Amino acid sequence: MPVSLEGARRIYEALKACDIRLVSALPETWLVPLLRLVEADQEMRLVQVAREEESIGIAAGAYFAGLPSIHVMQNHGFLAAINPLVSLAMLYKIPVLLLISYRGSWGERDPWQTQGGLLTEPVLRALTIPYYCLRREDDLTRRLKEAQALALSALHPVAVLLTREVLWEDEEP
Amino acid sequence: MLRVDALREIYPELERHIVVTIMGAVAAELYALGHRPNFFYMEHSMGLASSLGLGLALALPGQQVIVLDGDGSLLMNLGTLTTLARYRPPNLLHIVFDNSSLVSVGGFPTATASGTNLAEMARAAGVPRVLEAETPAQFRAAVTQALARPGMTTLVARVEASGPASYRLDLDLLENRFQFKRYLDSLRSSS
Repeated sequence: MPVSLEGARRIYEALKACDIRLVSALPETWLVPLLRLVEADQEMRLVQVAREEESIGIAAGAYFAGLPSIHVMQNHGFLAAINPLVSLAMLYKIPVLLLISYRGSWGERDPWQTQGGLLTEPVLRALTIPYYCLRREDDLTRRLKEAQALALSALHPVAVLLTREVLWEDEEP
Repeated sequence: MLRVDALREIYPELERHIVVTIMGAVAAELYALGHRPNFFYMEHSMGLASSLGLGLALALPGQQVIVLDGDGSLLMNLGTLTTLARYRPPNLLHIVFDNSSLVSVGGFPTATASGTNLAEMARAAGVPRVLEAETPAQFRAAVTQALARPGMTTLVARVEASGPASYRLDLDLLENRFQFKRYLDSLRSSS
């Protein structure tokens, strides 16, 4: 059951189409192939953080400086970043594009991921953060560009959720 | 050393560079010395001023960024020292005013009051240049040194646990935010 290299490549190409120049991230299993592609790209800067909260501060700095950025984390990392999303990004009307691996949802086999999976969408809704769950058949570039456009026009965080069907190649159930 | 005296020593440098402060006493004292459109007072999200400064410094390599941090804030995001050290933008000066106290909320002592040493933590994290200052003259010399030769620097300055009478800025958060953003946009379009 490997991470989908094809899925990672499609997401990377969508980030290129969005002219993303800075990617902050806390690596986790699902995200490693994507982050390897980012790391190898001379036009992108990968900033690996120790804790997801840092990413929201970095996002604000990149936005003020006019550098298109995206912030990549697991959904449990998103839960760890709630305070700065509220008291930096939303308080100061700063657009933050979040790319969140959606663990603990349909098809999850790891019990430890499930509570975060149950809470991810309700918490996004409670925070009024618009989100979209990517599907395998989606035009990923279009969806990422739409998320980026909405974040910049609303001056608000927007989240794109990376689902299992996009990033994981399961054996037949 | 009083923090406001330290700020006064380096105000001519702050005027010329991009400055990000934490909330509370530092913001109020800098604002009282004279607001500039290149000053952003991060009135919340404690601990993230250095992360915001890192984002600015990486995105604007031709500009000097100065972060005015505090012991209470830095202790809330110690991982930032490892991230600063890892990417070490040479145009980032990270100043930490250490008064061993959460002075803005009534003076509860922080861990630096009982032996935690932030300069040693910065060194151990791998920050390329770590300086310390206990007097205004030392502080000014350290800032001059940090700005004269490129290199990511953390400067820990010992200050007294006192603050201004009021923490209010006659500047709305969003007014500061839009003014700062517009200032940086104009910098980029003129360069």
